[in-house]
Amino acid sequence: MAEETRIGVYICHCGTNIAGVVDVGEVSRWAGELPNVILSRDYKFMCSSPGQELIAKDIKAQGLNRVVVASCSPHLHESTFRGACVSGGLNPYLFEMANIREQDSWVTTDKLEATKKAKALVAAAVYRVSYQKPLESLFVPMDPSVLVVGGGVAGVQAALEIANSRRHVYLVEREPSLGGHMAQLDKTFPTLDCSACILTPKMTDVGKHKHVTLFTWSEVESVSGYVGNFTVTIRKRARYIHEELCTGCGICWEKCPKKVLDDVFETGLGYRKAVYTPFPQAVPNIPVIDRPNCTYFIKGTCQACKKFCPTGAIKFDQQDELLTVKVGSIILATGYEVFDARRIPQYGYGRLANVFTSMEFERLTNAAGPTGGKVVLRDGVTTPKSVGIIHCVGSRDVNYNNYCSAICCMQSLKFAHLVQEKLGAQVYEFYIDIRTPAKAYDEFYQRVLKEGAQLIRGRVAEVTNEACLPGEDGKLIIQVEDTLIGKQRRIPVDMVILSVGLQARADAKEVAIKFGISCSVDEWFIEKHPKLDPVATMTDGVFVAGACQGPKDIPSSVAQGSAAAARVMSLIGQGEIEIEAATAVVDDGTCVGCKECIPTCPYQAISFIEYVRKAYINEALCKGCGTCVGACLSKSINLKHFTDDQLVAEMVGAMQTMKLFEAS
Amino acid sequence: MYEPKIIGFLCNWCSYRGADTAGMARMKYPPNVKIIRVPCSGRISPELVLRCFREGADGVMVLGCHIGDCHYANGNHRTAKRMAILRQLLEYNGIEAQRLCVDWVSAAEGEKFATLIASFTEQVRQLAPFVEIMQ
Repeated sequence: MAEETRIGVYICHCGTNIAGVVDVGEVSRWAGELPNVILSRDYKFMCSSPGQELIAKDIKAQGLNRVVVASCSPHLHESTFRGACVSGGLNPYLFEMANIREQDSWVTTDKLEATKKAKALVAAAVYRVSYQKPLESLFVPMDPSVLVVGGGVAGVQAALEIANSRRHVYLVEREPSLGGHMAQLDKTFPTLDCSACILTPKMTDVGKHKHVTLFTWSEVESVSGYVGNFTVTIRKRARYIHEELCTGCGICWEKCPKKVLDDVFETGLGYRKAVYTPFPQAVPNIPVIDRPNCTYFIKGTCQACKKFCPTGAIKFDQQDELLTVKVGSIILATGYEVFDARRIPQYGYGRLANVFTSMEFERLTNAAGPTGGKVVLRDGVTTPKSVGIIHCVGSRDVNYNNYCSAICCMQSLKFAHLVQEKLGAQVYEFYIDIRTPAKAYDEFYQRVLKEGAQLIRGRVAEVTNEACLPGEDGKLIIQVEDTLIGKQRRIPVDMVILSVGLQARADAKEVAIKFGISCSVDEWFIEKHPKLDPVATMTDGVFVAGACQGPKDIPSSVAQGSAAAARVMSLIGQGEIEIEAATAVVDDGTCVGCKECIPTCPYQAISFIEYVRKAYINEALCKGCGTCVGACLSKSINLKHFTDDQLVAEMVGAMQTMKLFEAS
Repeated sequence: MYEPKIIGFLCNWCSYRGADTAGMARMKYPPNVKIIRVPCSGRISPELVLRCFREGADGVMVLGCHIGDCHYANGNHRTAKRMAILRQLLEYNGIEAQRLCVDWVSAAEGEKFATLIASFTEQVRQLAPFVEIMQ
């Protein structure tokens, strides 16, 4: 190395997060004696602006050409300190970080051991940084189009925000219409405004927006590329309706003779035809033909819809289409599924007729629902005089989902209000804890209490129709321990509503793999940072919004939709995207042309140059995983910033320190 | 009994974040493992693991994303195959295969990470220090 290596080491106290366990002064003193270390300091908060300025100033004043900061995880502040190096005039790749918080002070009980471990980690970083080389990033143009997956309220919100700023949005929805779960709801808590009245105008805006291309009844087939340049293949499933010719007049479903139980939108409480739109305000207002239930597809006869369609829009020979679009960023807003209440047999759902789920109740009480908004028992006529609402069904339960589903308390209180308002019936709510932590939520709870709902604290043991006490005949009996009075109680009611929790979609994992993001143990999509980066993911250019990231109510889903749109807009505003500088390179001198590396590359970035018989890596395609490096038999491939020299130096630094402590 | 010296190669996207998750949850585990961050577990060549032993490491951990979850699609498939062969090579050369830990830890699995570190440290502790068996 022509130039003398001058390393500056900074040990962060992180308040008491690190300094409370690790003797930072000692680590700093010790680091000062490591080879090539010119200065070593400890400071209260390295990430603060004085901390960052300290680095920049030292680089200039002391002529530092390498910097090591020992603080938190590089996932949190690597980019911060790289920025500080850049402002001091140093190439960001001449910086290295030692993680002495997440991997040391927070996980080690013994202070002496923690200090030793910090020394080893700092030594590893110091040894490594000497071998680091300056790298220059490549910039590629950012495609300003955006893919939004999921047409629920979060996706619709995100799409609208982006389209309103005149960027093009491709909005993909699996169902025949936009709307998601929100379209099924009756009233929304705590304001009790009608769900459809606030949602459908947004859906219409998106549907007719000139900057939105809508793909309903469609799914994303595959995704390739990277931030700024994704190529997405969308499968547009055959509707058997010509979209341009269809006027949405509705004659086809009036004439269709086949009635089908609607177990998606109407949760099995109502019927639709074999050609249908899920609800009258559907966007787009173009029906689909339900192929497995259509008489023509089953028997080859009928064609009633085709005979009566005034524009000739019925096309029985339509095929699925595969369309390819190019986008620069992606927002996933794929939502949730409701917990299947059949999984808790003691609550009787599916066995006892008058046990309903919360989604069924939404449809029952909805004026556009199968009963026209009349709350009746399963027989279709009887009005219940007493209703029991069970909270936390499938949530906060080690047997099902550990987490709180966030919306069920408020949803149940809303039901209590609606039942009392519509029927004047007695309402019993069975809860574990009441959780109403948002604006105007607790006020709503107080209001429902005043209206006379009885709240009983205790997890329900069972719902049964076996009467054993007077007054229980013909009723559903809720057996519960009322934990506030410490007694077992049996409450007879006419109707039971199970406030089912939310859970990740059954194919969430598959979707996560398709888009290169990760899922938590409960299969919700993982955000980049739980507090500071809630809508970004670890994959650049892929964002999440709404309940696909975790249970969420409507206000939070809308907020996330807007947040994701803002993140996307800030990317688009940059105009170009910095791509990975740490790519792999082949050493022509030693490559033997064995082609061992070529099949290992997940991105087809390696090609074989026939006339020189050497491998060649296309840096624009390389994502820097280094799998080819691990495979290269002649050690001719190196991954920049993760070279063998650098990793071995890091390992040696750690090993030497550990051996030193062992000897002493 | 001695304090084993262990080097852990962790992939940037799952396992390293799993270690962060353990840290954020303040889960306590033994300090013996020094972590080296790599982009993908597929980056780890067998030579790199052998270099650790040559340097005197008593154990080496290679942790990556779960199969199917790799940030780079399938880098960890290579790890799985490569490390299985390396394990046999170690045995063939008189190095106990228990000194090499290959496992998958996701970003959410802080608890699994902490437990794995504790159990592997204990497993290596049961063996003689590596320098002794090499003499």
